[in-house]
Formats: sequence, C-alpha cells, structure tokens
Amino acid sequence: MQKEKITTKIWLEEEEPDNPFAAKTSYCSGYDVYGDLLGKISWSEYIYLLFKLEKPQPWQSKLLETIAIAIANPGPRDLSVRAAMNGGVGGSTAASCLMAALAPGAGKNGGAREVYQVMRLWQQCQFDLTLWQQNLSDYQDEADVEVWPRSEHTPGFDPYGASCATPVLQTLNHLTTIYPEGALAYLSTNRTEFEQAADCPLSMTGVIAAAFTDLDFTDEQAEMLFLLLRLPGAAVHTLEQKKLGWRKYPFFGNKLTLANDPGPKSSNQST
Amino acid sequence: MKGPSTLEQAEDNWHTEMGAAFPGERVVLRGKDLFTELNDLNWFKYLMFGVTGRLLPDKHIELIQAIWSLTISYPDPRIWNNRVAALAGTANSTGILGVSSAIAVSEANTYGNQVGFQASAFIRRATRVENSGGSLSEIIRSELKLKRVIPGYGRPIAQHDERIKPLLKKASALKLSDGIHLKTAQNIENFLIQKKYRMRMNSAALTAALLADLGLSIEEHYYCSIIAFTAGIIPCYIDSVNKKEGSFFPLSCQRLNYTGQETRSW
Repeated sequence: MQKEKITTKIWLEEEEPDNPFAAKTSYCSGYDVYGDLLGKISWSEYIYLLFKLEKPQPWQSKLLETIAIAIANPGPRDLSVRAAMNGGVGGSTAASCLMAALAPGAGKNGGAREVYQVMRLWQQCQFDLTLWQQNLSDYQDEADVEVWPRSEHTPGFDPYGASCATPVLQTLNHLTTIYPEGALAYLSTNRTEFEQAADCPLSMTGVIAAAFTDLDFTDEQAEMLFLLLRLPGAAVHTLEQKKLGWRKYPFFGNKLTLANDPGPKSSNQST
Repeated sequence: MKGPSTLEQAEDNWHTEMGAAFPGERVVLRGKDLFTELNDLNWFKYLMFGVTGRLLPDKHIELIQAIWSLTISYPDPRIWNNRVAALAGTANSTGILGVSSAIAVSEANTYGNQVGFQASAFIRRATRVENSGGSLSEIIRSELKLKRVIPGYGRPIAQHDERIKPLLKKASALKLSDGIHLKTAQNIENFLIQKKYRMRMNSAALTAALLADLGLSIEEHYYCSIIAFTAGIIPCYIDSVNKKEGSFFPLSCQRLNYTGQETRSW
C-alpha cells in the first residue's frame, strides 16, 4: 500500500544513505540550501525564494529587507509587543511570549489582518482613485459573518492619528525610492486624497501592504509575513522585561474602575 | 481627522462592568461577589456566567456540556487540531504550549470554530425566514449558489455524522429538543434529502440550532466554544509526551511528494 505523502513545490529532500529520516541534501525550489545557498544569499533573498519560489531581482530583495527592518520592532507600546512582555514579566516560556505577540499582532487594529484587508483593497481598486476614495470613505468588511470582529476603522489608516506619523512617512518615502513605479509610488502621490477619504492619516499597515503589493505577494502571504517579521521586537522586549521583572512593569493598579462593584460583603470580610 | 482624543481619555482609565480582583480581599465578576454569590457554582456554570452574564438553568448547562463532550472532544491525534498537541508532545514541548496552539488551530473553517460560527449564522437566518413565511428552499439554493456549501451540512471525511443521534437523544431527555431552530435545521436536512443532495446535517448545525434554542446569541455560541475542543486535545498531548520522543507519526525523506522546479544552481 502506498504511503501518504506531503505534496510540496517548495522542498525536496534526498536521504542520507544510512538513515531515511535524515536529509543529505535539501532543495528549496530546486536550489541546494546547504550546498549552494548558504553563504551566498541574503536572508531577504531566501525569504523571497521561500514565498515566491524564484530568485528575486535586486530591488525585490532590497524592498523586502527594508520592510523587515521597518516592522521588526514596533516598540514596547505596540499591542503585540505588550502582550509578549506580559509573558516575560510573569516568567512564561519563550514560545508563549511569541504566541502572545501573535494574537494581538494578528488583529484588524494595526495587525496582520489589517494588512490583509489593505491587500484586498489594492486588488480591488488598483490605480483607480475614484474607486479608492469610495472604498476608503465607506469601508465595509467583505464577509458578513466571520470570527474576526467587525472593522472599526478603514484599514491602512490610523483611527487615532492627528497627522501621518513621521516613521510612517519615512518608511513610505524610503520604500518608494527602492521601487518608484507601483503601489508605493501611487500611495505617495495620492496620500492626501486617500487620507481625506479615510478621514484618518495613513498608518504603517497601509504602507506595508502597498510594498507587499509591489512585490506581488498574495494577501495571505502578506498577512503571514507581517506576523513573522514583527516578532524580533516582541522577542527582545520580552527578554528585557523578563530580567527587569513585574515590579518595574505597569500593572495599572488603581486605574481600573469597576462600575458595578457590589462592594465588600460582611461574610467575606471575616475570612 | 478623528485624532488621538479617544486614546488620551482612555490612558490609565479602564471602565468596566465585567469584573476585577481586589487582591487579599475579594473578586467580582459581572457585578457579583465570587466568594459569597458565585461560590456554589460548578466551574462550567461559572464559565457560562462569565460568557453570558446569565446564570443558565442547570438543564441548559447539562446540554451544553453534552454538546462539547459528544461532538468535539474526540481524543484522536489524527484530527488536525489534536495533532498539533500530539506533535508538541512528541517534540517534548510543554503541555500548555501544545494545547493552547491546538486551541488556536481549532478555529478552522473546514471543521472547527469557524464552521460553528457560520452554521450558527445560517441556522438563525434560515429560521427567521421560515418563521416569517419565507421559502426555505430559496435560502438553501442561494446559499449553495453563493458558497457552494451549506454551513452545518456535509462533512469532509464521512457522510454520516455519528454525533447526531446521541446528542438528539440527550436533548430529548432534557426536553430541550422542541425549539424552532432545531425544527428548521431538520427541515433543511429533509429538503436536502428530497432534492438528492449528498449533504446531511452535521453536528455543527445541530449544535448551532440547540444553542440558539437555548437563547444563546451567535457571539455567546462562539465564546463558549473557544475552549470546547480541549477535552480531546489534552489527552492527545499526554499520550504523545509519554511515548518515546519523536515517535508520533515520523516521516522519512521519501514522504515528500515534490512537484516543484528541477534542481538548479543559484
């Protein structure tokens, strides 16, 4: 009886002569990873190869590398990093801290699902400004029924921004210099019109989705990469806070107001 | 532009009616004192109070527990979410890492929580249509046309759903099988049979109907099902972590069916 197999276009392995469970050679889309690629290609070239199964053009690997740097650390106030640090200060396992980062980092409020939503908008609106303005001024979730909470703002834009934040602009400007012919350039040119339609300033998710669009990544690939590439910041801030401990980390002690507090009960007070 | 005023008002300022702990003193959940007002509740009733804000009747609690144990607590490590826990075990990872990641994976759209969510929405919509004189066949046909599936009907690995009979038996014994959503769910199945579709009601539709008939909202259904798979997941972790490391369904190099590019040089 034929054994079940994992079908893959990504990975091929040749076994060691003495062990069918150990790979002698591993090929990624035809390239010998340990015999040819190691020491020859950059991390961003390899990530591109893994996702696209082809060698990137120099501008593509440069764009991906710059995206990776731009989002590697959203900083310790970011929701995903904060979740990870909660694991750190409480002494949780390393994996649980990164898993903690992934949950808020996946969301529609500044997270990977928001990048997915903007990728969908690029597919639908492309370079049609009128269509963009319609979609941004009255953004509707694509699915009526889904486990994701309903969108509370236009994806790609900061609902609480006063103006476009400097790092967002710097990232957009720099990425556009790397690829000045596509979605990034269109976003740079029309940013004011986009922001007026969305009634919010552009956010990092909007910039990154434009960059992934220029790289011709799918919406799902962009969602995955956004999750993946933001983990370094979560990791290092977690390790730092783990060392410092929970006493030096905000607990918001008297900052919670319980609106329906029944108050102390006499039978409880005696215990 | 909307601006940062919402965040400014919320900084160091969380107002809630959900609950809080007063360390060294007391705990409050949804306006009730844990140690004096909720202290006699069993864990599941306490959980459901946290989810719904209501103290559900014991019969309802019994049915919901029966749904979870009879329909999605299968301790089979081949089932995809359970397999995550088994893989964590065979990798000598921790129980909570294995189980929590398996819970996350349970939010799947072929068999998991996403199906329950979709089935819940569909059964409620179909019941509203049927009970306001609308055409059930029309809603089924439009759903099929739109999505090519009926949420809660059909099953990926087997046509017959062995969970229906014992769960209906339990619901009948508790006298909780006469609701309008269950009636609609069964009418949908009868329609599919009459029209010779191969889909039959699966436990997602039955669960959705029974929970809707208990008065749970679609969100409450979702929230209380978040950890429902755990009774099947944890045994799979225990089993594999107690066996020789790496021995859970290992794959040799030959088990890759490579369909990609020919070998080439960079």
